[in-house]
Amino acid sequence: MTARTLNTVLLIASLVAIVLACLLGSTDMGIVRVLGAFLGAAAPGDSIVVLDIRLPRALAAYAVGAALGASGAALQGLLRNPLAEPGVLGVSATAALFATFALYYGLSVAGAFVVPLAAMAGALAATALLAAAAMRIRSIVTLILLGVGLSSFAAAVMSLLLNLAPNPFTLSDMINWALGSVANRSLADLVLAVPFIVAGLAVLYATRHGLSVLTLGEEAAAGAGLDLGRQRVAVVLGAGIATGAAVGLAGAIGFVGIVAPHVVRPLVSHDPARSLLPSALLAGIILVFADVVVRVLPTTNELKLGVVAALIGAPAFAWIAVRRRAVHD
Amino acid sequence: MTELVARDVRVAAGGKVLVDAANASLRGGELVAVLGPNGAGKTTLTRVLAGILEPDSGSVMLDGEAVAALPAAARARRLAYLPQNRPLAWPNPVRDVVALGRYAHGGTLGRLGDADRRAVDAAIAACDLAGFEDRSCDTLSGGELARVHLARALAAEAPLLLADEPMVALDPRQRFRMAGHLRSFVDDGGGALVVLHDIALAARIADRLLVMNDGRVVADGMPRAILTERLVADVYGVRARLVERAGHVDVHIESAL
Repeated sequence: MTARTLNTVLLIASLVAIVLACLLGSTDMGIVRVLGAFLGAAAPGDSIVVLDIRLPRALAAYAVGAALGASGAALQGLLRNPLAEPGVLGVSATAALFATFALYYGLSVAGAFVVPLAAMAGALAATALLAAAAMRIRSIVTLILLGVGLSSFAAAVMSLLLNLAPNPFTLSDMINWALGSVANRSLADLVLAVPFIVAGLAVLYATRHGLSVLTLGEEAAAGAGLDLGRQRVAVVLGAGIATGAAVGLAGAIGFVGIVAPHVVRPLVSHDPARSLLPSALLAGIILVFADVVVRVLPTTNELKLGVVAALIGAPAFAWIAVRRRAVHD
Repeated sequence: MTELVARDVRVAAGGKVLVDAANASLRGGELVAVLGPNGAGKTTLTRVLAGILEPDSGSVMLDGEAVAALPAAARARRLAYLPQNRPLAWPNPVRDVVALGRYAHGGTLGRLGDADRRAVDAAIAACDLAGFEDRSCDTLSGGELARVHLARALAAEAPLLLADEPMVALDPRQRFRMAGHLRSFVDDGGGALVVLHDIALAARIADRLLVMNDGRVVADGMPRAILTERLVADVYGVRARLVERAGHVDVHIESAL
């Protein structure tokens, strides 16, 4: 299968997934009423359910998945490690921390955009720090360790904030958000986040051939003509922007950035460049379906998307780690 | 003809001088073997020559231009570099790994241009890898993998090649095959500088030897002109017997000193 065929298949599957997500839900509507809503020929109630609730939610899940999938694939190419993901560099954790700060200090009353904006600010702060470090640090292992440290520190401060939460409502807000969900996302939320996601993905896409040549190892890649410093900064920035916007839209959702590239890689001859786009598409599809599962499961409290993603993703992560077969370490 | 010249190169790291006052050169049509015991500075000097490592002082000029000042891709088109560590991150097919050598020419995997494809085919043929194109690299033997890496470096079609221990951990037959591939690259006008541990092989295949010890270049010249039992003893600490035969120097290492 060529990369082009794979991308076409995944693109069609993406459309199918989003349409299905509009069809399925706690209210059984049927295809005629859903299509009616799309064509503007439905009852106002139907139109609200489909266009204002289900569609934005499906699109949000898709955008978040695409951002995390591409970021994961790019970071795995850069770090030459199939277990890397946006979380490894501490970008997700820092984004989550900043958003939690906004909730803790009640800044969210100032407007719906405050929490997402805070998340993006956090991601950009983390990426700026990493970008500055990346220019000085030669070893990618050191860069990972810096990310792990950043991640642990952000998690610690976040626990502290949860510990000190002023009232149960704030606590519940913070937990809801930290678990990750695309419930109640509006088109306005999308309009804020999607341009950043697109920008981040565009930066990553521009680095794809550098990711391919990094297969040879950093020394040989540099010898083959890759500007290592620029490559690192570009990937870290692209992944940071896309991840920050994704965390801002949906909170912390893990593992999809590991699982999707892992599935895609064997289909594109293990080429990091050719796995970038299909990883984004597949991760989007996975999150749309995961969110459908969340919505149709007959539980009293709706499950959080981040929880479901982790329940599927964490065992997959362990499985990939155990089966990992590197040509060289 | 392309010429790489290093003058008075000095590299220090962590308070230790790795390379000191080193002069080296490489031009098209010659096969230079760099010899020396472990820690002599061979790898450091090779990295400096390749423009990967900037020396603390001294200069490395490629046809009169400072190597370090060249943009990475422009440098890579004129100077191929095969490092000592060759870790492959993913189990890619052989053809794709070789095609990565076209990176500096803008060649991209899965969508190679005509010139890129010709260069990749030629490199695969030159390294006896025909029939291996679709094999995954994690299924290859050490000798096959070494040839894949050499083919990757040759695919860049750079006039000069720097290879750091390309024959390490290869059996005698594979070593001579690699030597043959390097020889044909040089006979076609290329210049190759190769770090070797095998003194006898180096004496047999190289046009010129560059012998290093303690960060310094202690001898530089044709094998017959510079190789003496005294030099081998001083540099390697081994007793060797040298026999000149049919225009070659045969080196027999007999014992440690």
